[in-house]
Amino acid sequence: MSTNTGMVEKYRNNFLKEVEANVEEGEWVKMCMQCGVCAGSCPLGSHWAHPPQEIFMMIRAGKRDEVLTSDSMWMCTSCYNCIVRCPRELPITHIMHGLANYAKRLGLTPKSQPTAWFSQVFWDNMMKKGRVNELKLGLSLYFKDGLVSGIKESIKHQKLGMNMMKAKRMSIAELFGGHGVKDISDLQKIIKKAEEIENARIESYGK
Amino acid sequence: MAGEMKIGAYVCKGCGIGERLNADQLATTATRDGKAAICQQHDYLCSEEGVNMIQNDIDNEGVNRVVIAACSRRAKTDAFAFKHVTLHRANLREGVIWVRPDSDDQQETTQEMADDYVRMACAEAKYSKVPEASGQQGVNRNILIVGGGVAGMTAALEASKAGYPCTIVEKAATLGGAVAQLYKTIPTKAPYADPQDSGVDELIAAIEADSNITVHLNSRTTNIAGAPGRFAADISAESGATVTKDFGAIVQASGFKPYDANQLPEFAYGKNKDVVTQLELEALAKAANGSAIKRPSDGKEVSSVVFVQCAGQRSKKEGHLEHCSGYCCSASIKQAMYFKDQNPDVETTIMYTDLRTPGAGGENFYRSGQKKGIIFTKSVVSEVVNGANPTVKFKDLILNEEAEVEADLVVLATGMVPNAGQATRAELTIEENEDKADAKSSGEAQVIRVEVESILNLDYRQGKDVPHMANGFADSHFICFPYETQRTGIYTAGPTRRPMDAKQAMDDAMGAAMRAIGEAENAGLGKAAHPRSGDLSFPTFRKEGCTQCKRCTVECPFGAINEDEQGYPVYNESRCRRCGTCMGACPVRVISFESYSVDTVGQQLKAVDIPEEFDEKPRILVLACENDAYPALDMAAQNKLEYSAFARVIPVRCLGSISLSWITDSLNSGFDGIMLMGCPSGDNYQCHFVKGSGTAQERMGKVGDTLQSLSLEKERVATYEISITDIHKVPKLINDMATTIEKIGMSPFKF
Repeated sequence: MSTNTGMVEKYRNNFLKEVEANVEEGEWVKMCMQCGVCAGSCPLGSHWAHPPQEIFMMIRAGKRDEVLTSDSMWMCTSCYNCIVRCPRELPITHIMHGLANYAKRLGLTPKSQPTAWFSQVFWDNMMKKGRVNELKLGLSLYFKDGLVSGIKESIKHQKLGMNMMKAKRMSIAELFGGHGVKDISDLQKIIKKAEEIENARIESYGK
Repeated sequence: MAGEMKIGAYVCKGCGIGERLNADQLATTATRDGKAAICQQHDYLCSEEGVNMIQNDIDNEGVNRVVIAACSRRAKTDAFAFKHVTLHRANLREGVIWVRPDSDDQQETTQEMADDYVRMACAEAKYSKVPEASGQQGVNRNILIVGGGVAGMTAALEASKAGYPCTIVEKAATLGGAVAQLYKTIPTKAPYADPQDSGVDELIAAIEADSNITVHLNSRTTNIAGAPGRFAADISAESGATVTKDFGAIVQASGFKPYDANQLPEFAYGKNKDVVTQLELEALAKAANGSAIKRPSDGKEVSSVVFVQCAGQRSKKEGHLEHCSGYCCSASIKQAMYFKDQNPDVETTIMYTDLRTPGAGGENFYRSGQKKGIIFTKSVVSEVVNGANPTVKFKDLILNEEAEVEADLVVLATGMVPNAGQATRAELTIEENEDKADAKSSGEAQVIRVEVESILNLDYRQGKDVPHMANGFADSHFICFPYETQRTGIYTAGPTRRPMDAKQAMDDAMGAAMRAIGEAENAGLGKAAHPRSGDLSFPTFRKEGCTQCKRCTVECPFGAINEDEQGYPVYNESRCRRCGTCMGACPVRVISFESYSVDTVGQQLKAVDIPEEFDEKPRILVLACENDAYPALDMAAQNKLEYSAFARVIPVRCLGSISLSWITDSLNSGFDGIMLMGCPSGDNYQCHFVKGSGTAQERMGKVGDTLQSLSLEKERVATYEISITDIHKVPKLINDMATTIEKIGMSPFKF
């Protein structure tokens, strides 16, 4: 049984309780008083299918699938405008990331959601050497949509790239291996342990 | 008034008056035109020396009419507080020098303005008397409290603590009213997190322990005659036994009736036993007493409950309440907590459109409800479908979609209907009133518009209860009349006045008790209540001239005037607020106050010097309400906003006191324009005497005929609604009138 169906089983139609238990800062969702200041404050609000105010209401109304498969929380740029303005002091930005994280864990992230994709690329890149290889990260972003658009994109940013190389902010040598932390195996052990703890916690959700 | 009238006029030269005006000429005007016996000038009249100079003339020279030509009557009132004389102020500072430019070419008209104000003040002095006691005064420190709920009991305890004996009349068999029916109440103390005990038992115990408080249960007030200081109330028990007691003042705390939920068939009330009102849920909670609440239909323990806010409230639909009852949102949060505190797994949903939790702790209580897991859904409930479990159909206003939810129990927040007695004659038109009066005189039963049982049964010409305002509440304009009603000496408290919760009602009761005590004392001194606090003059009428037209008894905003068997007015001094609406109403001009009459104003406008037509100096008479328009003019002057030198302002107690004879007299004597400035009237009135400005507007509607008969343009007389904040508007209006006169030309009635 997948984690997702396990969760559905456990919380039946009480999505709010599920969010409270599993989503980072999820226990704040019930405190929203629906004033709409967050929705009005979000600089990207008009691009969201559901602004935070609506997401909170949907959670209370038990719209589990709609919320978790939504790409709205992935649109958050962490500008913190909503947190600053929320009269109820909800950590809205953190809840958005918590929801995104939870949706990804359950495998409900919408296909080809760019933020979700980039987050994964970033993580994978970093986990190889313990440091982010900026050259490779940049290139994978340029070539995201295939070879032709990748070359076009690279030519567009050619001058910037050359300047960075001149200023020694970027090295072509990074393409071949690149630098990393002193002992990558220690880092991997730490991360592995953290994942174990996290997974154990998630496993316990279904029980 | 013993002795001869002797006018002393005093011209102040301070605050720039001496530099801008010719004080010697003003003094000459006062003695020659104003017939002042004594006239003195002083550099600073409000200084100790200046005041002593006047006091000396009063004490040793027999001056009994003091004319002060200085600043506005609203300034330096502490300095110019002379006893046993009448006081008249020629407003040379705010009325003249501050509203006129300081230039040589304007000097002539400015001086004319000042001379006129001196003449006017002297004319007023000539026709004023020092108010004497009416002989109606009497102190009675007993307070009658109608209603024994938390508001009534609080009023009684507070008044008793202050040393005033109280009598509570309660129609039920026990004290406690609506609050006694509650399981718990909304919290009144920090942290405002949980429902609390109502404390009603402690209140009842305190009442019973207080020897200063008498309680009449199963009783009603079947007749209340008299006036503040001398109310005589018949208190009748259910058994029929009646006692009559005398009181100084009355607090009406008759509370509310719950809205009849049977008027809400769309919510399945009456059809489904599991659809209940908030008050019915209180009974269920009381029965459960801390254990799981069981629903009425089958006794099942409730596991899900939906609260429908604004059921039949805040709606213009027929049979619904238009107002917000103000307490139901907090009450629903409290009731949801009954379930949550007992078992957090009970699903509680509050369907609201606007959550309103007034009071200091309201927001905390809302937050506490959210923390406890109550779900708040911003929505409009359209229907409750009858079934084994009621189903609530609603529109989610955030998600903008129709939805429904099934619940074990549905609670309707149905709100308060004020228990305020009958609509009074004051709310009927004059014609309707005349019909009633005819019906009464011909011996028919007196029928009043709405067939409701009266609460106070006042023996007043204008009706048995305190007049209602919006939505049937026995309220008054709270800004203009804190805690007052339109019946002096009767103060309403609690939900009979406006919707409120128990805590607010108790706070309200303290205010009402305080006002009742104040009025009981005031009545003993013969002093007027707010807003002419302390005024000792009162209206009298010349019986030989009276035509028994009853206009004064009908138009009195405070029901102060009764009628005797022959239809003559009977004044009740302590009910009167001294607005003069009766004086303005009287077609034969027989009503007057000692210090304010048809003559005191009429002679002022006659004292104005009217230049000849070809002088091109028009005269504009401004009759300004002393409560708002006159202060606005003063403040315009403080801001040095200029207005026409042709305006002559006379303050009036209320626009309602304006006699039509002033209008015809001023037109006949050659005034070119007349401006009447009163307070806004209508539903959101600001008239300090409730109906005065509205009544005046109505009367002025007929002034067009007068103008026509004199073949004058209708633009010459205009009525304005002025708020105290219209500081920039007032001078502009005056200037506009001056421009209008320039356009239509001078009045042909100059002699």
